[in-house]
Amino acid sequence: MMKKKLILALIGVSLFMLSLANADGVGENIASSNGGVASLRGMSELNVTRAADQMKRVQRDRSPIDRDYVYQPPLIPHQTRHYELSLNANKCLSCHSWKYAGEMGATKISVTHFQSREGQVLSDVSPRRYFCLQCHVVQADAKPLVENNFKRVEALR
Amino acid sequence: MKWILLYWHKLRSPSNAAVGAVLGLGFVGGIMFWGAFNTGMEATNSEAFCSGCHAPIVREIKETIHYSNRSGVRAICSDCHVPHAWTDKIVRKVQASKELIAFAMGTISTDEKFYARRKHLAVREWQRMEENDSQECRNCHNFEYMDFSEQGQRSVRQHSTALASGEKTCIDCHKGVAHELPDMSNVPGWH
Repeated sequence: MMKKKLILALIGVSLFMLSLANADGVGENIASSNGGVASLRGMSELNVTRAADQMKRVQRDRSPIDRDYVYQPPLIPHQTRHYELSLNANKCLSCHSWKYAGEMGATKISVTHFQSREGQVLSDVSPRRYFCLQCHVVQADAKPLVENNFKRVEALR
Repeated sequence: MKWILLYWHKLRSPSNAAVGAVLGLGFVGGIMFWGAFNTGMEATNSEAFCSGCHAPIVREIKETIHYSNRSGVRAICSDCHVPHAWTDKIVRKVQASKELIAFAMGTISTDEKFYARRKHLAVREWQRMEENDSQECRNCHNFEYMDFSEQGQRSVRQHSTALASGEKTCIDCHKGVAHELPDMSNVPGWH
């Protein structure tokens, strides 16, 4: 009789200790810590959504921007807000297609945009080049996220 | 014999009181009819009424500058799609009675039906605006008061030439400013 009580008491105490240990574990949950490392999203905890950065103001309208390296897709020197680029319509090509570029005073899309993946020249813009904003982007006055010592090659300086 | 003539005369000559009553009733009735007519017509100009059928547009317009912008000035459906001048408005409203039949038949009752018919609807609206020199744009965007020094180079280039000479009208270039576009193949100015 005495032995049975002792065993029950021991089980009770060990269960209590176990629950304490578990409670400690929750506090050190690895998924809720940034490990003290600052990343591009700052020092915010992984399980916390930090406030979003302010939207950048896109440069409105300026002359074409020089390229920084030889195969760089030219940057967009104007706003593109609400220019539809979808299966139905491509507003970029209303000025930059070969058909309209002269009349609109815009830069023509390059001949590479008419080539298929195998280098075959097509009669119209290749579907793989249709979504302009995949490579060409609008510009904003933004601070570089990381330090950068990139310099243009001699020929482009 | 004399009383017959008298009675006849009485029947033939209108009583002053009756004339007044008829005029008064006509006047009051006229005001009531006009009020009810205008209220009814205004109700068909509300966003709630339009979105009853053209539901997908409610979603897509929210991203556009005619719905949400820095100064909070807005245009609703009827600002662009219903003429403001009274006679033109009545003409458009009478034409729109045909659209009631489309409603009864459920011509655009689902998103799929709407998108399938979108080009037809858009082309008709572009046509209308080409014919009236984009009057509904010009109700707010008056060319006379455009300040080219405030516009971007690209805008100035088009507005000071083609628009100024009347060769082009707003809708020729500004299609889909408050909408998503239908398939634009074979539309002039589009690839």
